[in-house]
Amino acid sequence: MKLIRIKYKKWFNIFKDGIATSNPIAIAVLGICSALAVSNRVENAIAMGLGVTFVVMASSATVSLIRNFIPGKVRMVTYMVIISTFVIIVQLFLQSYFPQIADSLDAYVGLIITNCIVMGRAEAFAAKNPVKYSLIDGAASGLGYALVLVAVASVREILAFGTFLGTRVVGPDWINWVAMTMAPGGFFVLGLMIWGIRVLTKNYETNI
Amino acid sequence: MNVLELFISSILNNNIALVFILGMCPLIAISTSVKNAKGMGIAVVFVVTITAVINYPIYQLLLATNTEFISLIVFIITIAAVVQLLEIFLEKFSPRLYNAFGIFLPLITVNCVVLAVSLFFVNRDYTFVETVSFSFGSGVGWMIAIILVAGLREKLAKISNPPKGLRGKAIVFIILGILALAFMGFTGLV
Repeated sequence: MKLIRIKYKKWFNIFKDGIATSNPIAIAVLGICSALAVSNRVENAIAMGLGVTFVVMASSATVSLIRNFIPGKVRMVTYMVIISTFVIIVQLFLQSYFPQIADSLDAYVGLIITNCIVMGRAEAFAAKNPVKYSLIDGAASGLGYALVLVAVASVREILAFGTFLGTRVVGPDWINWVAMTMAPGGFFVLGLMIWGIRVLTKNYETNI
Repeated sequence: MNVLELFISSILNNNIALVFILGMCPLIAISTSVKNAKGMGIAVVFVVTITAVINYPIYQLLLATNTEFISLIVFIITIAAVVQLLEIFLEKFSPRLYNAFGIFLPLITVNCVVLAVSLFFVNRDYTFVETVSFSFGSGVGWMIAIILVAGLREKLAKISNPPKGLRGKAIVFIILGILALAFMGFTGLV
């Protein structure tokens, strides 16, 4: 009985919205830059996904906590400062505990600041809702982003290096697809993935 | 590296949009018509160059005082301030220019190209002159990319009939993928 009722709860709907119904990458097509640039290895994708999830959750919670004190005119700059503070935390954390991942992510960790998902959630949800729901909403959007990122990265890593998380998964005759390590691979994989998701969910756009 | 070489390489074989995959959100959102793409492109060239020129001395100052870990916050505030000032300035002194690309200026604060250029010159230890040529080249490279995509999309809207699920965003990714493949051909040029 309890299990059936769960899907009428507000938090469950917020969670489902972020991960599936309005997934930031697949449906809304936001935050693409980092999604494509770091998704040539699953390891990087996981680090980036967790980093973004942390930043979205923390900044949404903070924005929602002080939402009644932010003057309307300077709210964008306020969000920016809050977001960059958390991004700096992620950057310093990666540099000191996972220097190798921080190296391969290069400037893209800093670019979480301009990731549209973080700003979008702060403006569209956290600025109007209590802390509890903002936290859930942030977690859902972040995990929805991480999920797609890992999916794209799995395809690209297997095709480009013949490995998954560093373990070899293909036979000795495998020839690496060089284009998959670089930009074109990311564009094609994500494009085809969006096509697949649109067909499955029957969510079509009318104009080209 | 030679300044001219750096300029050409940041337009062609290290194109910031098609090789480093930056600034995708505005590129996808605004590339529906060549006219808008041009306006956005010019605005980006302006803002990228100006912010890099301002951020460079600021970063040296941060280095000198050993506080470079807050560079992210400082950069983003500089960018927001420059964009705001440029908007006010253009509205006041050059209404024609303002009409041409003023509406795109507020969108630029969240364009990752601007921040990325500032972060890249830090990571790659460029000198001031190199920073100027790199930032200007990156801006021009991004403009070329968005105009190319917009032109292809305009033509596509007239003559093609893609499958339903591929319409809208998905076909843009395929276009970008093909363009990126083409730009891979420039590898080794400079």
